[in-house]
Amino acid sequence: MKTEEKTTDERFRVMIGNVLRLGVSLSSILIIIGGVLFFIQHPNPVFDYATFKNEPSKLKDIVLIVIDAFSFRGRAVIQLGILILIATPFLRVLFSLIGFAIEKDRIYVFITGIVLVILSFSLFG
Amino acid sequence: MEVYLFILFVGALIAGLLGSLTGLGGGIIIVPLLTIGLGVDIKYAVGTSLVAVIATSSGAAVSYVKEGLTNFRIGMFLETATTVGAICGAALAAVISSWSLMIVFGFILLYSSFSSFKSRKSDSLSIKEQGIKENSFAEKLKLDGSYPVSSGINISYHASHIVGGYLMMIIAGLLSGLLGIGSGAFKVIAMDSIMKLPFKVSSATSNFMIGVTAAASAGVYLSRGYIDPVLSMPVVLGVLLGSMTGAKVLMKSNTKILKIVFSLVILLLGVEMIRNGILDKIR
Repeated sequence: MKTEEKTTDERFRVMIGNVLRLGVSLSSILIIIGGVLFFIQHPNPVFDYATFKNEPSKLKDIVLIVIDAFSFRGRAVIQLGILILIATPFLRVLFSLIGFAIEKDRIYVFITGIVLVILSFSLFG
Repeated sequence: MEVYLFILFVGALIAGLLGSLTGLGGGIIIVPLLTIGLGVDIKYAVGTSLVAVIATSSGAAVSYVKEGLTNFRIGMFLETATTVGAICGAALAAVISSWSLMIVFGFILLYSSFSSFKSRKSDSLSIKEQGIKENSFAEKLKLDGSYPVSSGINISYHASHIVGGYLMMIIAGLLSGLLGIGSGAFKVIAMDSIMKLPFKVSSATSNFMIGVTAAASAGVYLSRGYIDPVLSMPVVLGVLLGSMTGAKVLMKSNTKILKIVFSLVILLLGVEMIRNGILDKIR
């Protein structure tokens, strides 16, 4: 019993690890590509962040970011990479929930469920 | 321009390295680097820092999880406390003056720094010392675990003072809701000093929790336009590289040295908090 639990646990850790690695790699690849595109599209960028000017809505709205990223706009591609990075902790919680469900660990399905609900609310709400 | 990007990248690298080593997240370095160092508006700085914290958390996790340092049960269980605390904190923010809190918690950090510096006992001893008294709470919640020290050797550990740790986590959440600071320091203190978990487990689990907490506020930051892609680009890449390296170093390094680094960082953090509190009061 004990050893069986261990193996599910371990298999699960490997799985969460793989999900994370995929997310982090994808995110950094997009950020690098986006950066290169940005400097091609804006050969002489001005770095002026001394006063807050707010971002244009096309860099704030998830749908617009995805659309612009697919038309290879540098900043949108970077922003998509950042969105994927932001999603990684969310995926970690989601996959732990699945893991606890497989282990039939009711207490932790409940606890993780609470965390996931709160997280979803503040992310999308 | 190249200089600007280079400074950001190197600063982020250091932030990721220190953040993943201590479990404090990377925000402590990113915000002052951007605001004081490069004159960036605080809103952009906070947004960039939030992304950096998530990058620290996930970057380190890529190395940790495989090695079994992160205790997901403890992380999830305590995450409910920090979230409740954060919601209450945000609600209380209008009522409580932040300067007095900053000073009080600044001194708590100073105290923790000294006590953490004094008790640099190696982790393997702590189980024998306090493992005898069984804690039914910890057993029921399956909070005990084991972690690898070197290839093939696992050390088991026991979580004690669950209630105390949980309360401390509520306070950590309250603080991040009230002051908007990353409460990583108080998370590590709760797990390491109160619950008597091994330092490496505390640090890795804190890193996991920080990422979850930060992701929760990312939606708001994005829609307010605090997250600038060009500013975030070198920071994320630097932090990822730094935190992956930091996590690898953490697994190999001596807990005593890690604790010295940790106490030095929270010492600085405490001084900074007291200073900000005083400045806030004068204003």
